[in-house]
Amino acid sequence: MKQRITALVTLLVLGAMVSPAFSQSLSIVCRCVAGGANANQVAWLKEYVIPEFEKAHAGVSVTLNEFGGTDDALKQQYALDLSVGKGNDVMGFDGFWIPEFASGNLLKPLNAVAGAAVDGWEGWNHISAGIQSILSYGGAIYGVANGTDVRMIFYRKDILEQAGVANADAWQPTSWADITDAAAKVLAAFPDSAPLQINAGTSVGEATTLQGYYMLLLGTGEEPFMDGKWVVRSQGILDTLNYYRDIYVDHAYGSQRVQLVKDGRDQSFANFRDGKTAMLVEGDWFYRSVTAPGSDYAVDNRDEIMGWAKMPSETPGSGIRGQDYVSASGGTGWVLNPNTANPQLAWELLAFMNSKGARDVWMTYQPGIPARDDVPVPNSAFLTDTAAALLPLTVSRPNNDYYAKVSEQIQLMTENVVSGQMTPQQAMDAYAAAVTGIVGADAPFDLHAH
Amino acid sequence: MHQRRTILPLRTGLLFLGPAALFIGAFILLPFFWIAGVSFTNRTLTGATAANPQFVGLQNYLKLFDLSTFMNPGQFGSSLVITGQFVFWSAIVGQAVLGLLLAWFFYRRSGWVKESVQTLAIVAWIIPDVVVAFAWNAFLDYDGGTLNWLFGLVGLHKVDWLLAMPLLSIVLFNAWRGAAFSMLLFSSALGSIPPSYLETADVAGAGPWQRLKDIILPLIRTHIVTDLILITLWTFNTFGPFLLTGGGPAFKTEVVSVLTYRMAFKYFDFGTGSALGMVMMLINLGFALVYLGLLRRQGSSR
Repeated sequence: MKQRITALVTLLVLGAMVSPAFSQSLSIVCRCVAGGANANQVAWLKEYVIPEFEKAHAGVSVTLNEFGGTDDALKQQYALDLSVGKGNDVMGFDGFWIPEFASGNLLKPLNAVAGAAVDGWEGWNHISAGIQSILSYGGAIYGVANGTDVRMIFYRKDILEQAGVANADAWQPTSWADITDAAAKVLAAFPDSAPLQINAGTSVGEATTLQGYYMLLLGTGEEPFMDGKWVVRSQGILDTLNYYRDIYVDHAYGSQRVQLVKDGRDQSFANFRDGKTAMLVEGDWFYRSVTAPGSDYAVDNRDEIMGWAKMPSETPGSGIRGQDYVSASGGTGWVLNPNTANPQLAWELLAFMNSKGARDVWMTYQPGIPARDDVPVPNSAFLTDTAAALLPLTVSRPNNDYYAKVSEQIQLMTENVVSGQMTPQQAMDAYAAAVTGIVGADAPFDLHAH
Repeated sequence: MHQRRTILPLRTGLLFLGPAALFIGAFILLPFFWIAGVSFTNRTLTGATAANPQFVGLQNYLKLFDLSTFMNPGQFGSSLVITGQFVFWSAIVGQAVLGLLLAWFFYRRSGWVKESVQTLAIVAWIIPDVVVAFAWNAFLDYDGGTLNWLFGLVGLHKVDWLLAMPLLSIVLFNAWRGAAFSMLLFSSALGSIPPSYLETADVAGAGPWQRLKDIILPLIRTHIVTDLILITLWTFNTFGPFLLTGGGPAFKTEVVSVLTYRMAFKYFDFGTGSALGMVMMLINLGFALVYLGLLRRQGSSR
């Protein structure tokens, strides 16, 4: 018996020594789960990218680590991994995280990680400077963007129609009042509904800042960061907070509960799918992925009953740059881990993922606004129309060290208002105090002129 | 004289002490001094102050105690008040009183009721946190929760527990979770009371309340103090409520441990997080000193 055990142990040890048949290995991580969030990305990576790359590089094995948590949790994981010199070789990254990771030396510019091969990449000639800047900081490029996005109001034609909203088939509000008027009509027709969803609160994180707060604040002609300074007190902030209050506290145009619970974003998607919510402000991702056929929140008969409208300014012409309508843009992409054991190989993988061939295939998994100009915009009326209508109007977030921290305070400020525990004025004062504490007393300023 | 009482020679004794001392040094003392140091810097996990943290003196502490915002939701003062309420209701009233009542009720009784209630209480105590949190989320859920289903059966309105009564929810959760420890401790304390005391009291015609007040409580006083020390410290530091409410809605259940987590690991502000940790440690030390003082006074009065 004892001998047998010894033999078994020997065999296992030998087996363990022989098993690294692959000489090199790489890992990819993204917020993606097969059958769950961003399932298309998993499919594209597993069915196309990884097999093709392994075929072209004999002896290399690539593993995908699917991260199923929230964006905030992934960012936390990245920060902790990178601060101790660990982590996956290629990481899916949100553009607005770049400044704080770059200035904290947690990430390095691509060419500092993988050298001259980066500068000589053919892809740079096909990606515009604007899109390159999504994953840039201080003039250096830290990653390759997948593309960009735009934000708008998605609405349910069937619900607006039933509620008697005029022109429900091609609804286009021209002011904030138009939106709440429509919400009031839906609420009158369906008292149990939560007609309008404009994100607020801390639990959905950046989705509050960009899809909610930004889309409103831009309509007042302001941005959080103007002329190199953070605006901490202004009429635009007050108007935005008052509008939030109008929606979630003074009337039940939207569900206060959804803004405050932990899984509010999923609930808001479910409400839209179920027709409980008729208007929802989101990025084009909502169309491309969230409500797409086969996903958890697929809207049945989508082409007939789901429409989109441009987000109006507070009043016509009151928006940023005097616009009647506004939109906000961000973008995600992939970065290289500066701690990678195989920088050249990791770059080759990243370059392959962003080659024309791989991006063409990606468009068949999930059409979007492509980063590369040699990848044709997919034959999708939705994407062509929204890109044409909204890209000229859109605004990006400031590429500023403090952005992420200020953004958290923005989320807090909206939560203070929609929970009813502070008036807009009190919430703005608390925001002013907090942001001043973050960026230093000299930097922020009050904006009085409107 | 002292020499004669030691079981081991000094050198062997130190050798035995070595591993434990090494452990405590590496995992308690070292992190403690590191945190104490970080609490005087503006160190963060990301951003420029991650690469070049600077000494900022007492700034992190002053920010915590900035009286103009101290009691605002999500600030230290407000969080302390919430923690105080949470400790008082869930630990002292919930766990200790419930544990004592359970122990007293089942004292000198036997049978399946005792066995099953005690087993259930212990099960509630030993299941892993995450499993418990999942179960309680399912129990308290607004739409499909068990509790609201039961309410519906008896014709009551649904209650949005985690949103409308968040503090009550985490208090109930924690009392349920931890009552077993107090129950076990008090059961063994009761077991040590000589039966003759109570038999004599029976003969003298004492009622149950008199027996509890005049015989049982005085005899298990040291156990009660020990129990209170332990559960107060545990509850003060517990992270359990996070699993249920995440500190929300709007910070209404943000106890100090969750606030510390938010500062250090959500906002990546290690300086503030460490300062909070230091203040929490001082508060814990204060609790411990008060209770130890009580314990010593009792010991000498006996």
